[in-house]
Amino acid sequence: MAGLPAERMGWVPAPQQGWVAPHIASEFPGLGIAWVEVDAKPGKSPDAVRRRLRDLSDRTYGSQAIRLRERPIPWAYRVFYRQIGLDPDRTRTPIEQLTLERLHDGGFRSKGLPADALGIAIVETGVALRAFDADRLEGDLCIRDTAPGESLAGGSEEMLRGTLTIADGRHPVGLLFGATAEGYGVDQASRRIAVAAVQVKGVPQIAVEEALWMAAATLEAS
Amino acid sequence: MPALLRDQEFAGLGAGVDERQARLELRRQISRLEAELAALFGEAFGHTQVPHRVEGVAAAPRVLELGELEAVRDSLADRIAEARSTLAGRSELETRNRELLREMLDEPERFKWVRISRADVGEPGCGVWHSRPVLGPIGMLMGWWRVKVSSGCPLAGRLAAVEQAKAREAGR
Repeated sequence: MAGLPAERMGWVPAPQQGWVAPHIASEFPGLGIAWVEVDAKPGKSPDAVRRRLRDLSDRTYGSQAIRLRERPIPWAYRVFYRQIGLDPDRTRTPIEQLTLERLHDGGFRSKGLPADALGIAIVETGVALRAFDADRLEGDLCIRDTAPGESLAGGSEEMLRGTLTIADGRHPVGLLFGATAEGYGVDQASRRIAVAAVQVKGVPQIAVEEALWMAAATLEAS
Repeated sequence: MPALLRDQEFAGLGAGVDERQARLELRRQISRLEAELAALFGEAFGHTQVPHRVEGVAAAPRVLELGELEAVRDSLADRIAEARSTLAGRSELETRNRELLREMLDEPERFKWVRISRADVGEPGCGVWHSRPVLGPIGMLMGWWRVKVSSGCPLAGRLAAVEQAKAREAGR
């Protein structure tokens, strides 16, 4: 990505591009991961963020939710879910999950930071984002499958061989579109947050950059 | 299918098989079918329910094998066929209901007490056409029937009440 165009835009910090294991990349052209690290603490969302959530709620209707799966980016994630064996109507894509909650609750409810920052960026762009505690990550983020006997960091349960994960330089830190490893999520002790975007085929690079920028800017401003 | 694509099965034919290419092709088909199913789901919403669920084949995300990708592709194709058939059936029913409504409007006395809703003819809203006697029992005795068109959904009234409540709050 990313580094260069982002630098040209004068956006600091620039997003970093992770890598995808070559045999996975050859199976899923277009799969990628990028992330940005921000100095931010978890906590209650400021008024400006809550107001933004209310504005977003007013712009999101039931009819849009029904047609969501026909829009290019949400559709791309649904397709990818199918291709990796998940049912997107059971394990929902981030944008569909948020939209469903919006319809159920009557609005996007504030869950504090960083969840609200990610939620705003996901709803605006459709790109799948997630947050990690940046201080606990080592090396670059990547998408790879598990080796025999490997488990999520901090966990004892061995994962099936070939499970797709997001990993740092040492361990898998979360399932791809699934649970985050214990100790790698953002908690009250976190002081630096890594916002990661998973890109799949059909999701334009510009949308990924916009999602990361939006989430990071919201976190930095809070 | 995976068995059919094993290299040794084709060795005698002198044909090499690249399973990865087959998987890529299946993934391409899955993406096309998912788009088609999404369009049918959107088209049917509000008229009828179409089957659209396709169970996942893995508990956790992973690279699916050829047979598993085929299973997903086939399930999607089945759902699309079922959805098309459901939509066609619904469309036929709505056409019949529209014909019935036309006849009912022409001769209400032939369709005593029949109610046809807007949903029955595939139109949005909550109104109904109801064949009723004019002047109640007198009309029933005299054979005076007419089709009464009900007003629409009550939702607009409730929303108006909410707006008024908001205005009152703002005025305080």
